[in-house]
Amino acid sequence: MRPAWSIIFFTSLSGLGFGLAAWVVLGFVDLTNPQHLLGVGGATMALIVTGLLSSTLHLGHPERAWRALSQWRSSWLSREGVLAVLALAAMMVWGAYYVRHGMPPLWANIVVAALMALTVYATSMIYASLRTVARWHHPLTPICYLMFAASSGLLAVLWVLALLGQMAAAPLVLAAMLAVASAWGIKILWWQVAGAAGSGSSLASATGLGGLGPVRSIMPPHTSENYLQHEMGFVVARKSAAQLRVIALLLGGLLPLGLLFVMAPTALGFGVGLAAHMVGIFVERWLFFAEAKHSVTIYYGDTH
Amino acid sequence: MGWNGQPPLKPKLGASNMTMLPEASAIKLGLVIDLDICVGCQACVVNCKEWNTSGYGAPLSDADAYGAAPTGAWLNRVHAYEAGTGADARTVHFPKSCLHCEDAPCVTVCPTGASFKRAEDGIVLVNEDWCIGCGLCAWSCPYGAREMDPAEGVMKKCTLCVDRIYNDNLPTEDQVPACVRTCPTNARHFGDLGDPNSDVSQMVTARGGFDLMPEQNTKPVNKYLPPRPRRAADDTPVSLLSMAQDATPTGFWKWVDSTLEKLG
Repeated sequence: MRPAWSIIFFTSLSGLGFGLAAWVVLGFVDLTNPQHLLGVGGATMALIVTGLLSSTLHLGHPERAWRALSQWRSSWLSREGVLAVLALAAMMVWGAYYVRHGMPPLWANIVVAALMALTVYATSMIYASLRTVARWHHPLTPICYLMFAASSGLLAVLWVLALLGQMAAAPLVLAAMLAVASAWGIKILWWQVAGAAGSGSSLASATGLGGLGPVRSIMPPHTSENYLQHEMGFVVARKSAAQLRVIALLLGGLLPLGLLFVMAPTALGFGVGLAAHMVGIFVERWLFFAEAKHSVTIYYGDTH
Repeated sequence: MGWNGQPPLKPKLGASNMTMLPEASAIKLGLVIDLDICVGCQACVVNCKEWNTSGYGAPLSDADAYGAAPTGAWLNRVHAYEAGTGADARTVHFPKSCLHCEDAPCVTVCPTGASFKRAEDGIVLVNEDWCIGCGLCAWSCPYGAREMDPAEGVMKKCTLCVDRIYNDNLPTEDQVPACVRTCPTNARHFGDLGDPNSDVSQMVTARGGFDLMPEQNTKPVNKYLPPRPRRAADDTPVSLLSMAQDATPTGFWKWVDSTLEKLG
């Protein structure tokens, strides 16, 4: 599948934004200073909104994007839009309550954080619901998205705490390390398990000619690339997938872990760790699309 | 309403205004494609493009049409495959267009309600006024039946020539999809696959018609008829030279032959 930059930014940035927002509403950052509330709230909203706006960049008709909120009964893309709007609204209500009355009750914080998680889950289900891409259509896919939202959100919390001069508790640093390590652990598992998942389709089943013997494509139906091949037959850099995985693991996993382990809890150390983690996620997300094989490519002679 | 009081070309407003699949329709309009007959002439491809660039919805545009890498939206494509090995291998020309699936994933993934399946006859259509061009429906289709229009930025797909089949302004014989009407070998058939007594249903029963990629659980309405079993080949080698030498001339050529022989 063609890795569109708009989609890569959308899924990683909104994941980071919702992850950070969830940890913030759960009370991991002290926001009693109104300036801190505004700064953290504004930055979180900016991340989420940038991600959402980025997702409209690849549309043929972005001006009609509002229509995408209508089909939540059947479409995960629509559900994602509706949940994102609800989550943003819930964030604002939470902020307004915080200004007037201080920290909302725990159950309310959990509900708001769950809404953030549900939004990330819906994002992942846009892809995981597609039977046509075997490696996406796997129960581990949503877990990967949720884990990266949680890990990047936690790293962002550490960075914010350092920026605001608040002391990060040692268990929180440990939790962040655990989140980063398990996010990449699950991703490695996904690469092994989901990556090996076959679609069950073949040229024999695609053409129904398997009974005659082996089937092979002998002539394409058109002389130059069409939309299907451009969009779904993306094969560039598939051969370098192994190297890119190592790069993603080093930048996104080992570097932040190392920084958390050795560095003093400074804003610089946490900032670099978060940035490296995000670069790793970008590479991981790029591979998520670039390595994915769509069943239509079988008709063009690709084997799955 | 569409023209001639026929079913509308846009989803109804109200409760049904959702990309949920309708209850399975009694009428299931679709195509039956005979892989035994198709010769891969591409006439259906061209006539499809011709009709649909001027009919329902925005024109089917091309990009860089006269350049080095022309591309464009087409709703019907004909592949060619070789099946079998050695002397038994055969070439099979393979037309592919929307299969108007009963469990059409392209309908349920649509976030806007632009992609819909008609409850009246099962035709899957795109309301181009609502389509945001996100491409998710094309991602969800295992068959590659949908192509984005390069100029209009909306999704294009086979309409089963909904603007022909119900169009009383056309002669009866033209009230079939353009690909069916134009096929010079009669490899494409149009009809109601929901009616077990229809010509197309009976053809499917008699010839063992099958679904493409049944494992994708889309329940396609369109069916494909397999190539017929090959007749046993005559093993005697054919020699054109011996045929010519053994031939006994008759009539005029007998006279020419004998006259030439007399001349020595």
